[in-house]
Amino acid sequence: MKPVAIKPGVHWVGAVDWDRRNFHGYSRSPMGTTYNAFLIEDEKNTLIDTVEDRFAHKLLCNVAHIMEPAKVDYIVVNHVEPDHSGALPELVKACNPEKVFCSPMGEKAIKEYYGAQDWPIHVVKSGESLSIGKRTLHFLETRMLHWPDSMMTYVAPDKILVSSDGFGQNIASSERFTDEIDQRDLEVQLARYYANIVLPFSSVTLKILDQVAKSGWDIDMIAPDHGLIWRGEGVGYAVEAYRRYALQKPANRAVIFYDTMWRSTEKMAHAIASGLADAGTPVKVMSLKSDHHSDVMAEVFASGAVIAGSATHNNGVLPLVSAMLTYMKGLKPQNKIGAAFGSYGWSGEALKDMTEFMVGMHFEMIEGVRAKNRPGHDQLKACVDLGRRVAQALQAKVAAV
Amino acid sequence: MDKYVCNVCGYVYDPEEGDPENGVSPGTSFDKIPDDWACPVCGAPKSEFAKEE
Ligand SMILES: Cc1cc2nc3c(=O)[nH]c(=O)nc-3n(C[C@H](O)[C@H](O)[C@H](O)COP(=O)(O)O)c2cc1C
Ligand SMILES: [Fe+2]
Ligand SMILES: [Fe+2]
Repeated sequence: MKPVAIKPGVHWVGAVDWDRRNFHGYSRSPMGTTYNAFLIEDEKNTLIDTVEDRFAHKLLCNVAHIMEPAKVDYIVVNHVEPDHSGALPELVKACNPEKVFCSPMGEKAIKEYYGAQDWPIHVVKSGESLSIGKRTLHFLETRMLHWPDSMMTYVAPDKILVSSDGFGQNIASSERFTDEIDQRDLEVQLARYYANIVLPFSSVTLKILDQVAKSGWDIDMIAPDHGLIWRGEGVGYAVEAYRRYALQKPANRAVIFYDTMWRSTEKMAHAIASGLADAGTPVKVMSLKSDHHSDVMAEVFASGAVIAGSATHNNGVLPLVSAMLTYMKGLKPQNKIGAAFGSYGWSGEALKDMTEFMVGMHFEMIEGVRAKNRPGHDQLKACVDLGRRVAQALQAKVAAV
Repeated sequence: MDKYVCNVCGYVYDPEEGDPENGVSPGTSFDKIPDDWACPVCGAPKSEFAKEE
């Protein structure tokens, strides 16, 4: 994609990764992704962020459409993760910038990643600003959203917040603005990104949202490093969505994930789902053999109740369930009702293991169901009843918020 | 009692609040926190914390 002027003198010069399906090596990105970088023409020509290393040539080519790379005076590095800084060594070489700006944590990371002993690095802290001519850049450290080095840059007077990984979505497209694409796709990808990457830092997110609100910045564009740019009403939408995500208020919706050997646990999953649905709680049933852990996680994030199922396997849970639980625990979801279930043949430890795991995550647990070998009528009834009990508890919880 | 700041992520440990989620009750001074406690935001070890000036 060619450069796009997002404001007079401010150009998108990033790269579109159309066929990326595995984001960061662990999360699915069904719509691909984008690495956004922005070039500002001013007395000091400034490039904000770069792209993954294998797209360095695209970035350079886009920069060259606007100006000779050697004319870039400043590079601002908001985030050192390789999807945004991978092209940095090549850009530093081509542009030979007068200064490279980054956060205090960014300096350490740049040196660790790239050596960079002779780069003209200048550290900027939260609250500092930098005049580049007609414009002033304001910096806000956003440590742990989602790496220690993360920072955002506000471009005045253009009213653009370059937000790094915050407010991003994994979408590859020929459009550059969120209002130009299908809104349901946008919503799904925004939430999915939050659920799989930002979720553990929800308390940090709330603080940063407050800092942004208090900064007095007039923002009419939020330009994240992945996906499309928010403008107009989209800005309020994105900020409101992030606040809602970070608060993690319970929703009347449930997800059941499970793994099974001989389908007894699967039968139980379906019975629990029918109990939930009968009692008025929409539910999604996900087999861990069919659904990727990051897809399940997006449902966990959207659901007030999480129900895990596993057959007992070698005195514990099946490996896919164990992986899912570990993945979920790392993302620290809050305010969930939990339950567990499963079939077993003789010793039956899976139920206890899953329950303990979720207790450790501070889930509010509803007592689960275990069935020996093939669940009979009574046991399936107990599963339907478990679904009902979860639905009732969840609906009471939602009503109490 | 002194507050302590995490070098890695900037989280501030406030003894008045403690970290009840992770078993540190309110009123616990920083040096009384168990050695295996880690920053609740980024997971950095206790040794990454410095007294807030
Ligand atoms: C989403 C995400 C979460 C991470 N969480 C941690 C973490 O909690 N602690 C840590 O030390 N490093 C964390 N890292 C950093 C990676 O461990 C680091 O980038 C490492 O060098 C990656 O190794 P690899 O190149 O073999 O994947 C995280 C990275 C990502 C992308
Ligand atoms: Fe990142
Ligand atoms: Fe990123």
